[in-house]
Amino acid sequence: MTNTLKNLTLKVWRQDGPNTSGSFETHTIEEITDEASFLEMIDILNERLIEDGEEAIVFDHDCREGICGTCSLMINGQAHGPERGTATCQLHMRKFSSGDTIVIEPWRASAFPIIRDLMVDRSSFDRIVEAGGYITAATGGAPDANLIPVPKPVSDAAMDAAQCIGCGACVAACPNGAANLFTAAKITHLNLLPQGQAERYSRAEDMVETMDSYFGSCTNHGECEAACPKEISIDVIALMNADYRKAKVQNRKQLSRT
Amino acid sequence: MSQTFQRGPVTGTAVKKRSRRKPFLVDYYSTAVGKKYVMAITGIIGVAFIIGHMVGNLKAYLGVIEHNGEQVYDIDVYGEFLRELLVPILPHGYALWGLRLLLIGAVVLHLHAAWSLTMLNRNARPVKYQGARDYQIANFASRTMRWSGVLVLVFIAWHLADLTWGWLNPGFEYGAIYRNLDASLSRIPVAALYIAANIALGIHLFHGVWSLFQSMGWNNPRFNRWRKGIATGIAAAVVVGNVSFPIMTLAGVISFQPLS
Repeated sequence: MTNTLKNLTLKVWRQDGPNTSGSFETHTIEEITDEASFLEMIDILNERLIEDGEEAIVFDHDCREGICGTCSLMINGQAHGPERGTATCQLHMRKFSSGDTIVIEPWRASAFPIIRDLMVDRSSFDRIVEAGGYITAATGGAPDANLIPVPKPVSDAAMDAAQCIGCGACVAACPNGAANLFTAAKITHLNLLPQGQAERYSRAEDMVETMDSYFGSCTNHGECEAACPKEISIDVIALMNADYRKAKVQNRKQLSRT
Repeated sequence: MSQTFQRGPVTGTAVKKRSRRKPFLVDYYSTAVGKKYVMAITGIIGVAFIIGHMVGNLKAYLGVIEHNGEQVYDIDVYGEFLRELLVPILPHGYALWGLRLLLIGAVVLHLHAAWSLTMLNRNARPVKYQGARDYQIANFASRTMRWSGVLVLVFIAWHLADLTWGWLNPGFEYGAIYRNLDASLSRIPVAALYIAANIALGIHLFHGVWSLFQSMGWNNPRFNRWRKGIATGIAAAVVVGNVSFPIMTLAGVISFQPLS
């Protein structure tokens, strides 16, 4: 059954650049089908704005199927909106009802400067991944499958962590602006697997300390887990904390051998 | 490792030359994750003290006993026992002072870590969300840790002035624990303060005890489902035990009579 939503009020954050101050701008959507996705709703609004000779609302989006991690948006005070376990692109208007007021804001964190309107610069995440979110593998032909045995529960846990799409909802939802869930997911998916062991401790130390230089600290509210479109558990944060502690000791030990 | 970006204030045990490395504990404490460990470890010391303190105080309910042929209040004997701890290995009072110094150190570190992490978190989001936040999981306890912590701190200062130093206790007598307890908690505003402060302590412990498992990295599918239960149990036991003293004093169960 297709329904039509009427009279939605949008309060959208508009900001010209990183160093200017912004404000909410109110728009009315008279009619929209509930089959439209949230981003399609903004697309339709943008078409109208362009026809009226106004500036379109700038927002991040790419694959629109929940796998790229490009879309963001704080919708009514929730990262990625009211639907659990999905990114904004997979939020549909059927989650709202006629007459609703919808407040749309960008992610807010000092490490995520606003580029324009709803678009933020998340390259601080790239800095964290550059610090150790990889394995140094021999190049050449792809190895045979199952050449390195991995127990099924371990590979499942690693894959759960590897689902992270790096959207930044964890930082946006965290009352402290901490990136612990992102960093922990990136550390955990490598540190659980045999391929990740050689660099396990340098990875833990480098990634945690790079994270530390950009983001806030974890106070275990659990908001990140609720906001995560991939529903990554805060269990990975505990694994990161344990690995970081071991890394501090381990790296010292290895250094003293050189 | 090739890194093309400018590092922030990274401490980097692994990448720094040995001569430029900070001492291990200082290096560890300079990161947020390290500070959270310190929060957790000092928190464990605090929780251990609070449980011991509460259980020790339950001796008030044992009333009068015969000790070395004299009729004395049991809790007064217990107080003296604490000062005599490890005698004759250590002189009178030394072991207790050792424990006190451990506790004071833990409180100072807990406060410093809390303060610096709060400042770090403020800086991590200088511009707040302009619309209302709709929190999903964060609860009253987790969102008021700083307030409940400050309340407990103020209460501890009051509590020491009342029952340790005796400045705020009418007719304070050193070592007469049962008498001082009754004299203090018979005052209704003071009893109300003790009840309120212990509820704040319970709220602090409810989030703190659960949180320390995460901060310490104690995470295992075998016991994860117990973590919230342990936190609730400890918080409930401490609140029930501690709140019972002012209530039972007002009810007349704890009532001092001079012994001949």
